[in-house]
Amino acid sequence: MRLGVDVGGTNTDAVLMDGDAVAAWTKQPTTGDVGSGVAAAVDAVLEQAGVRHDAVARITIGTTHFANALVERKALEPVGVLRLASPSGTALPPMTGWPDDLVACIGERVFLLPGGYEVDGREIAPLDEARVRDAARSLRRDGVCAIAITSAFAPMNAAMEERAAALVREEHPAATVTLSHAIGRLGLVERENAAILNAALSTLARRVVESFGTALGSIGLRAPLYLSQNDGTLVPSAQAAAHPVMAIGSGPTNSMRGAAFLTGVEDAIVMDVGGTTTDIGVLARGFPRESSITVDIGGVRTNSRMPDILSIGLGGGTCIHLDPALWQGDAPQAQALRVGPDSVGYRVTREAFLFGGATLTASDVAVTAGLARFGDPQHLPALSPQVLHTILARFQRMLEDGVDRMKTARGDATILAVGGGAFLIPDSLKGAAQVLRPGHAAVANAVGAAIARIGGQVERIVDYDATPRPLALEQLRAEAQARVVAAGGDPGTTQVVEVDEVFLSYLPGRAAQVRVKAVAELAPAALAAGPRVAAMGARHAH
Amino acid sequence: MRIERDTLPDLAAGAAFLGSGGGGDPYYGLLIAEAELARHGGVQLVPLQALADDALVVPLGWIGAPTVSVEKLPGGHETVAGLRRMEALLGRPVDAVLPIEIGGGNGLAPLAAAARLGLPVVDADGMGRAFPESQMAIFNIRGLPACPAVMTDAGGSVVTIQDSDNLAHERIARAVSVAMGGIAHMAEYPLSGAAAKAHAIGGSVSAAIAAGAAVRIARRQGEDPFEALYAALRASGLYPHAGELFDGKIVDVERETRGGFSLGRVRLEGFGGEGEMELVFQNENLVARRNGVVVAMVPDLITVMDRETAESITTERLRYGQRVKVVGAAAPAMLRDAQAMAFVGPEAFRLGEPYRPIELLNHWTDA
Repeated sequence: MRLGVDVGGTNTDAVLMDGDAVAAWTKQPTTGDVGSGVAAAVDAVLEQAGVRHDAVARITIGTTHFANALVERKALEPVGVLRLASPSGTALPPMTGWPDDLVACIGERVFLLPGGYEVDGREIAPLDEARVRDAARSLRRDGVCAIAITSAFAPMNAAMEERAAALVREEHPAATVTLSHAIGRLGLVERENAAILNAALSTLARRVVESFGTALGSIGLRAPLYLSQNDGTLVPSAQAAAHPVMAIGSGPTNSMRGAAFLTGVEDAIVMDVGGTTTDIGVLARGFPRESSITVDIGGVRTNSRMPDILSIGLGGGTCIHLDPALWQGDAPQAQALRVGPDSVGYRVTREAFLFGGATLTASDVAVTAGLARFGDPQHLPALSPQVLHTILARFQRMLEDGVDRMKTARGDATILAVGGGAFLIPDSLKGAAQVLRPGHAAVANAVGAAIARIGGQVERIVDYDATPRPLALEQLRAEAQARVVAAGGDPGTTQVVEVDEVFLSYLPGRAAQVRVKAVAELAPAALAAGPRVAAMGARHAH
Repeated sequence: MRIERDTLPDLAAGAAFLGSGGGGDPYYGLLIAEAELARHGGVQLVPLQALADDALVVPLGWIGAPTVSVEKLPGGHETVAGLRRMEALLGRPVDAVLPIEIGGGNGLAPLAAAARLGLPVVDADGMGRAFPESQMAIFNIRGLPACPAVMTDAGGSVVTIQDSDNLAHERIARAVSVAMGGIAHMAEYPLSGAAAKAHAIGGSVSAAIAAGAAVRIARRQGEDPFEALYAALRASGLYPHAGELFDGKIVDVERETRGGFSLGRVRLEGFGGEGEMELVFQNENLVARRNGVVVAMVPDLITVMDRETAESITTERLRYGQRVKVVGAAAPAMLRDAQAMAFVGPEAFRLGEPYRPIELLNHWTDA
């Protein structure tokens, strides 16, 4: 059996999956120490299902912890920044354009060192091993233990970053090293930014993952622990502790993947309606479409793999602004009605009319219209049919507009409606072939964590004049699949889920930057050999 | 006027618009200029008229693949090394620099050298927008020699191209940029002050700054950024007509790479299914057809912008589903005479249709 846990800011959700069925689920408040909330949720589902702890084959946790730390500038540590690209890049030092308060947290221990590769694979300059060692010793003296290493064109050749990491570890054994190629793609500044943020989170990440391990150990759970990542794949917890940036967007991803799993629909638009927003994402072959451009994390531009999410200001707690004098009249003028973007959020259970409050919210409107039944309808104010119709039509237009913005092709898409406010999504939307409402939609995120698969990716610049395109793509697909298997994937279940091709202009020939992503189910052998909960936390994956 | 750090985002936004879909995203150029100005202070922007006739003025820019330029960043000394070699070749100091093309990332290219050497930047450029090839610069159109030209890279290599005709110069420069790793800095078309005054496209740097500022201020004040942009372009005098060509959604993007150029076409549909537009691009947008009728063609500017934020979208970042406005602007007059048409008009891009000015196609003139 598989356990999936989603640790959000407010709730910790857990599901126990028996094969493809949800055997038990729970929603518990998130605790200050995180670990005990996870343990409580896990205990609750196991007890509900009447299942022994040793029947759990694996547990996967998704958490928003790291994202919040960056936004709130909390628990970030100073970072030693090594860039291997000189003489290139010295005109543009690391952290240029960052918010001052974030630079203050991270410090400016920057080393611009010779190294890196050209687009054709030559070295820009040989790695200067002595200077790498010097930098590591200097950081060790100053007690800086988080180190980010970025080399030019590392996504195409990681050898120099790997070598530099080995040297750093020799000189500074206590260091936690982040390598840019493991974090981001081409675009040195954005990738380096992501690597630095990742390093700044490394102690926090280790602590959080350790607290998961300790808490689960304390309730006698010995299953291997995995964390889910932004792209919907999972990694062993020790490796996840080394790459917190890659788990920052796992919340929406898990929710989308869970929705796909619960409905069996792999190509769809997922609408996750919360209290304040509706998050809209696109599923392609069961995985979220990634943002093709840069992603702003905590005020910094990065190109880490993140789901492409459009948030629109419509949720269960969204405030409806309309002069009460008009509530029982004819259809109001368009400009007299404003929907959001403000929301009473989690205070909906106090401030909405349904719960005896005095704020007209989207939930009040939905219950009045018979779209949902909760709260006390006796408290609802009277709205004329014309007013009700106008407000619902506005919701509909906002949702349809959102769907249309996220579509990747013409034609009608299947909509998967999840989240606590999914009742706001009508059964018929322009651009939608059908609207599906999966069971267990409230814990779709935990389901997404439970069913996560292992992933592998290759990114390279290919010259199609040297290697014909079909052959080149076939080689890259094979390589991505080989990487998945090497990471513990079951060879019989590998599947290429994404091929992204960008042609390079202004260069002769027909060169393209190609990215291929493959996934697989975890091989049983990998599960057996996986890191046990009680033993994890001490190791660092590179 | 001076260009200070807080001017840079406006200049970058304006340069992105003038790129007409090409020239690369100026984001890295903006960061580099910010870092240089933070170290060395602001630079003076001087009008063409302020140049002495015997001054030495050098256009600067980067040549190569935008995709490479986001990974192999400049070392910072390329610009200075190129100018020093130019001075050695010509036996005299450089008095001022200017961008070879205002459109895209190159619009900010001369700031690094200007800041480091304390040189003024001339409020002018060689293209008035972005074009894919060096021989499309106004200086080539007017018969000025590109050589001597100096190419430099981050590794310290310096390559001079001398005595070549301008077509050979372009061919050699392309090859050298590849040998230099896919991106190189180039100082070319060294000009006397008199030649710059006669042939450079004056006012383009300040026009870019004004365009960027207009959009920023309109957005801050909750006004229509597009109207503000059109007004700023018209007020510049350099881009006397500007307006909306289409408002809609991208429904198809086709692209292929041929001979180092990114070719393709984009189809848009109006909201509510009203009308359609097709754009043809070769790095830059070349022609816009609304319901099958041409409404703008090169060298007039055609830029696709996000319809909410009025941010310019380069052709390489066009995607299905984007909600955009297609904005057009009249090219500077110097790009529209008979001599220029042979180099930068529709025939130069084999479009098979004669040039017609954007203001006539759209009835933007009162006459």
